[in-house]
Amino acid sequence: MIRYALGRLTSLIISLFVASLVIFAVIEVIPGDPAAFMLGVNARPDTIAALRAEMGLDQSLVTRYFDWVTGLLRGDFGQSWTYKTPVAELIADRIWVSLPLASYALILSTLIAFPAGIYAASRRGGPGDITIMGATQLGVAIPNFWFAMILVLIFAINLRWFSAGGFPGWSDPLLAIKSLTLPAIALALPQAAILARVMRSSLLDMLGEDFIRTARAKGLSRRQALWRHAVRNALIPVLTIIGLQFSFLLAGGIIIEQVFFLPGLGRLIFQSISARDLIVVESVVMLLVFTVIIVNFAVDLAYAVVDPRLRAKT
Amino acid sequence: MSILRISDLSLRIGPVDILRDVNLSMNHGQIVAITGESGSGKSMTALSVMGLLPRGAVAEGQIMLDGVDILQTPEPDLCRMRGNAMGMVFQEPMTALNPVQTIGAQVAETILIHEDVTRAAAHARAAEMLERVGLKVAPSRYPHELSGGQRQRVVIAMAIALRPKLLIADEPTTALDVTTQARILDLLQELVREFDMGMLLITHDLAVVADVADQIVVMQKGRVVEAGPTQDLLANMQHPYTRALFEASSHQVQLPARSQTALLLMVDQVARDYPLPRKGLLGPRPNFRALHDISFQIGHGERVGLVGESGCGKSTLTRAILGLEDVQAGQIRLDDAPVFAGKRPNLAVRRKMQVVFQDPYSSFNPRHRVERLITEPFHLLDDPPIGLARDAAITKALQDVGLSRSDAGKYIHEFSGGQRQRIAIARALIIEPELIIFDEAVSALDVSVRAQVLDLIADLCRKRPLAYLFISHDLSVVRTVTDRVMVMQAGRIVEQGATEDVFTDPQHPYTQTLIAAVPQLPELSHATDPV
Repeated sequence: MIRYALGRLTSLIISLFVASLVIFAVIEVIPGDPAAFMLGVNARPDTIAALRAEMGLDQSLVTRYFDWVTGLLRGDFGQSWTYKTPVAELIADRIWVSLPLASYALILSTLIAFPAGIYAASRRGGPGDITIMGATQLGVAIPNFWFAMILVLIFAINLRWFSAGGFPGWSDPLLAIKSLTLPAIALALPQAAILARVMRSSLLDMLGEDFIRTARAKGLSRRQALWRHAVRNALIPVLTIIGLQFSFLLAGGIIIEQVFFLPGLGRLIFQSISARDLIVVESVVMLLVFTVIIVNFAVDLAYAVVDPRLRAKT
Repeated sequence: MSILRISDLSLRIGPVDILRDVNLSMNHGQIVAITGESGSGKSMTALSVMGLLPRGAVAEGQIMLDGVDILQTPEPDLCRMRGNAMGMVFQEPMTALNPVQTIGAQVAETILIHEDVTRAAAHARAAEMLERVGLKVAPSRYPHELSGGQRQRVVIAMAIALRPKLLIADEPTTALDVTTQARILDLLQELVREFDMGMLLITHDLAVVADVADQIVVMQKGRVVEAGPTQDLLANMQHPYTRALFEASSHQVQLPARSQTALLLMVDQVARDYPLPRKGLLGPRPNFRALHDISFQIGHGERVGLVGESGCGKSTLTRAILGLEDVQAGQIRLDDAPVFAGKRPNLAVRRKMQVVFQDPYSSFNPRHRVERLITEPFHLLDDPPIGLARDAAITKALQDVGLSRSDAGKYIHEFSGGQRQRIAIARALIIEPELIIFDEAVSALDVSVRAQVLDLIADLCRKRPLAYLFISHDLSVVRTVTDRVMVMQAGRIVEQGATEDVFTDPQHPYTQTLIAAVPQLPELSHATDPV
């Protein structure tokens, strides 16, 4: 188990290193000189050159990569060119919106998907299964921003249970959670639909396995066999999807953040790209990559907890 | 008093009759064997007794287990009986256990769901039971850490943990090696005596039946065609199907004498290593040596057998001969050319070799027609036949294996298991190879079909000089279709020689154990000419 964890940890570090190289390289090849862009079309070449020097753009690629990475390790993400504030502060403000939102949505999605998937699988072909599968079909098909607008229309404008957007900050946690509820639902439902389908088909695969028949021959009822023997075995593919979904929820909430006027990472990255604020883009993307890799690492560890066969392997 | 009595059991699934008027009865301490070919309804009879019929199955008649009619018992009561009054052991030990639970927990579960005992007490009894079935590993192990035979012992421990009155064993040893099979059958017989249970043994293997059963029930197409005490039934078979079945199981073929003696395949001091996972993060990868110093030769037109238990290296050797993988020492040459060229098989040599695998269904692409399936080896030729020549080759290959030209347009699912294996042989024959490797080619077939395929192989040998390597765990089959046999154990060839010599006078202790473990069919001289 420890060897397995160490093995995963090694690949995590390698992934992070490769990711930092790729991000740095991609940002470098994006057309548009940030200094020229910031100063406008009428700027004089020597002004641009001065700004470039100030921003460190005149140094060699290797030095700049090295400075950037060592800065990241120290928690120094550099200075935003447009906001004129440390990038770390910009990110810190916004991550307290995006991270709770993504977690909230993931918890909702799991809470909906697990019972729905298990119920559908246990009543395969029955009316309950057909209803749930129909609903998930819809859930997968509907774009989440459209769904978000419907939610706003019903719960914010007609019923007035929630505010239509904005984020009041964490000084009042209850109010903060309340303002994240509609966006979390909008994000969670399409994910829940996918997850429920995966859960169902994975469970059905497991229910066809020989060891379920063995369990039935021992005297377990259909239900008991499902809960005690099928569910844990069915978790492996489900965990994979959950890992992928978290990454998507964290970075992909951008449209939902726009719909609900939430000051999250998605908005920050969108604005920074428009303003050619490359240092912010670089850092946010790196942070997202870091989170995704950490989540995958956690999923890998979860596999080993679920499946003893993986613990033996490196 | 009989413990199990099945009266006039009929079973339908939709419009299909699965069982018709099955009758059977069994006493305490008795072993009743149901035998027959696939589709005869023997497994369905077992599942009916367990009350585990597939959805949509409609059963009529009576199944009385210790005074209770299973067919009239509601599901919750059946759950209380399963594992308690009746236990079941299945064919596939590799998949019959839950991979994410320890074996101890899985045995303890049987106790926990039926009796009101503490978890600790159940685990203690599970450990005792595992010891009773002769398992020498800790209950905290997981199924994937155990061999097939060990897993089957776990399944048996699970089935008998509560000392049921009836044990149903559905092909319990079919997936096991002969020596393991012998030990598991001994164990089952012992348990029947010790617990005074009744055992319903479902098997297609007549030698096993003759060896262990007190009563035999022969089934064909959902009906019981003959039943009786083992000795009486064997001595005096009434039904032609029973006789046909026993004759097919001990089917012998006549191979023509070898015509040529020139050398075809030479395997010289071959070793094959597989890398194992690293011990440390950066340490060297240790190797597992799967083949040790393998040397043998096959001449043109020679029929050679290769026997050994699972994991002994038979498949590794097959892959090496086919040139699919490189070897770490020694060389393999066919017609004096190496089979492995650089990073891939040597095509010039590969076209002289073809292989027929065990599973006649999964070794074909179900979306292609037979015509395309059997002409696959043409890609090995520099100048494959086209147009009329191609048609002629297809026709000849199909006719050679007893099929007709009109079968070329069909898909593989339209054929029976035996026909599929004929198609596999046609695919091997179509480029007229010098050597065919039969890798467990008849192991998945019913006895009567197996007899036909063996006849076909003998027949092909008469039509042209055919050299083959016949790999099988079934020693009786190897004995009849080969001139020479090699015995493999743990990656080494421990004995080789003329087939009859090896079988009648085995020299190596392993060969002796192997041959002694094979269940014997009784002599059936009187069965062939009924009075």
